[in-house]
Amino acid sequence: MQLHLTPDAEFFRDTTAKFLSEHAAPAEIRRRRDDPAGFDTRYWELGAQLGWTSLLVDEEHGGGSLSGDGLADLTLVADEFGRHAAPGPLVPTSVVAGALSEFSADRQGELLAGMLAGTSIASWCHLEPRPNDGLDGLALEIRVDGPDVVLNGVKRPVESGARASHLLVSGRTGGGLTQVLVPAGTGGISMRPMHTVDLTRRFSEVAFRDVRVPADAVLGEVGGAGAQVERQLLQAVVVANAETVGAMQHALDMTLAWAFDRYSFGRPLASYQELKHRFSDMKSWVEAGHAISDLAAQAVSAGSPEGAELASAAKAFLGQYGPELLQDCVQMHGGIGLTFDHDIHLFLRRVALNRSLHGTPSQHRRRIASIMCGRIGAP
Amino acid sequence: MSAETQEDVERFRRRARSWIRANLEPAAAGASAGVLRNNSTDQEELAEVAHERELQRRLFDAGFAGICFPVAYGGRGLTPAHQLAFNEELTGHEYPVRLQAPTFSPCAAVILDFGTEEQKLRHLPAILRGDELWMQFLSEPGGGSDVAGAQTTAVRDGDEWVLNGSKVWTTGAWWSDWGLCLARTNWDVPKHRGLSVFMLPIHQPGVDVHRIEMLNGTKEFCQEFLTDVRVPDADRIGEVDDGWTVGIRWMFHERMLHNSPYVTVPAGDAHAGIGASSVLRVARDSGTLDDPWVQEMVGEARMLQLTTEALQQRLTEGMRSGAMSDQSAAIGRLFSGVVSTRTNTLAFEIAGAGGGAWTDDDAALADCGSDFLMRQVSTIGGGTTEMARNVISERVLGMPRERTLDRNVPFRDVPRGGKS
Repeated sequence: MQLHLTPDAEFFRDTTAKFLSEHAAPAEIRRRRDDPAGFDTRYWELGAQLGWTSLLVDEEHGGGSLSGDGLADLTLVADEFGRHAAPGPLVPTSVVAGALSEFSADRQGELLAGMLAGTSIASWCHLEPRPNDGLDGLALEIRVDGPDVVLNGVKRPVESGARASHLLVSGRTGGGLTQVLVPAGTGGISMRPMHTVDLTRRFSEVAFRDVRVPADAVLGEVGGAGAQVERQLLQAVVVANAETVGAMQHALDMTLAWAFDRYSFGRPLASYQELKHRFSDMKSWVEAGHAISDLAAQAVSAGSPEGAELASAAKAFLGQYGPELLQDCVQMHGGIGLTFDHDIHLFLRRVALNRSLHGTPSQHRRRIASIMCGRIGAP
Repeated sequence: MSAETQEDVERFRRRARSWIRANLEPAAAGASAGVLRNNSTDQEELAEVAHERELQRRLFDAGFAGICFPVAYGGRGLTPAHQLAFNEELTGHEYPVRLQAPTFSPCAAVILDFGTEEQKLRHLPAILRGDELWMQFLSEPGGGSDVAGAQTTAVRDGDEWVLNGSKVWTTGAWWSDWGLCLARTNWDVPKHRGLSVFMLPIHQPGVDVHRIEMLNGTKEFCQEFLTDVRVPDADRIGEVDDGWTVGIRWMFHERMLHNSPYVTVPAGDAHAGIGASSVLRVARDSGTLDDPWVQEMVGEARMLQLTTEALQQRLTEGMRSGAMSDQSAAIGRLFSGVVSTRTNTLAFEIAGAGGGAWTDDDAALADCGSDFLMRQVSTIGGGTTEMARNVISERVLGMPRERTLDRNVPFRDVPRGGKS
């Protein structure tokens, strides 16, 4: 999170923080582990009233941001989501609402209004099984057939797929990419729930078998959606990054407090140099995480040419050091850190989940290398 | 210059850009490659120092020296944002690399913080013109990290002080002009309360400069032996026995080093180490760029570099605004040190067998092995990362201090190893 927030931004952040402390306390999150949705409608509606769903939507379509930089404002919400390991489909809602606002607000006004109010959920079907997993290519095929488009392929993991009334699906049309908004009840769609490391996020595998929708369900151009899909991916990465940093920050704060409280051999854990030095390393990772995450958010939001490289750098860094930090926090807690009753695993779950979605550190490192090679004209 | 009359950053940037392009040569290929490589003769080295002094003079004459130094001392009185803009425009060009650290930070920064008006007027404009190169006479053979345990002694004799002892790890003292020297002026009080700081010319009778050969053959680091060196009391900086007050800021400026707003360095440059572009060159010259594992390693190097830069910006901004304490500089020191060793290892890994044995035709692969041997310089030089971890845990996170045996006892009674 940025070091200096305007009073408005601080108020905005604080409102979400207070709301989550009340409605997404650790006990509540534990309680929802078997809840099929992971969150209740009322919670999401109240969150929507706090501004969670509107930040990437244009003002003329009922959205709007606080600072004029919606993605930056969204990172404040995401940071708090991380600090609370909060439930709710923040990434897919933001990405899909933003895309609808840009390409389909006139046709999908009702859906968009519902999403803004928190009463409708639409999910983003982008990631696929490897090797064409949404980062290194896509396998789902979107074919034009007369007045329709026809979808064939599999998307997974799809967040909140089972709760969604609509699915924004990305796929390949010849050499280009296409995005289609598909009602979740369309014939040929089958879903099955997936297991996940997170306690409240829910994922489905969604199979599309000759799914046919009218061509006006396409967002933007058939075969010309490459840039918009890439932008959506960068937005997803930025939001997930901010969430990871928030979780890292909270885990470090928690573990530091524990180190002061816990005594062994007549001394607090905090007095052992071996542990002090590890806390220093963790502090450096958290500060570096805030720094690269914010810088990437800024660049992506501004549409700057450095956006892709910075977003990948942030994702690779946080994907590597987020789980590393959380595991070390578990280690510092000892056995209790591995129990279900302790809170630390809520945050470990969230950073582990975020590490795996939208590109692993290894995939993003390769993306960075290819950007560097592009700059020098090497292979 | 007041904020109202100050040139705005973008205007300054444009002016800097056109001056840099018109007046500075492109950086020599591979200029920033390698870890303290030994690749020039003494004569060549001296010629480069002379050239850099001249470059500094040109920067000064053009109004781009001491961007963040007050106008009264020859600087421009501008903000760190102006310095950053200048650094960004400087990327890819030659610049007076040897004059930056430790001359501008910590030495000139310490003079600015603690010098008398007379001392500042005497030295700061001379430094900004490239006339004075400074070294830190700080570390001693008897202790690296325990800086306040200095045993070099200054005894008062009328209006002068007489210094005896030894200092070490001064980079390039043999071609430098002045030393900023921490010395013990009182052995009968606890260690932090008996220190004072002096300024002295390096090339004078009584200062014996020895060059230390490092494991890769470089002889940039020096050790000085001080024998009855007389320093006028007017060249003492800070109060007598209160040298640690100066020392604390000195350490801060040392941790800031290349990230100090007083220092001019091309943005994205790796200092005394290897950056992502070197790793990319090694991958290219070893013909392994299409190997996904190598791509990952190149990407990791760049990820670490971008993250380090972002972190430094955050820390600089946080310390400037007061949102973070000055002790937070240790976070940047730790992170960049660790990143540097990792990046070095990545290059060595990509070089494959070329890291162990190479020919002069091996382009970027050549000397990767020697660089690897020198890897730890980035986590030792400028204060070890262990010290940085102590500072972060104790001063930033507020964790309990390490137990020491040298507090609240006269320094002469503190246990010491070896013969002393």
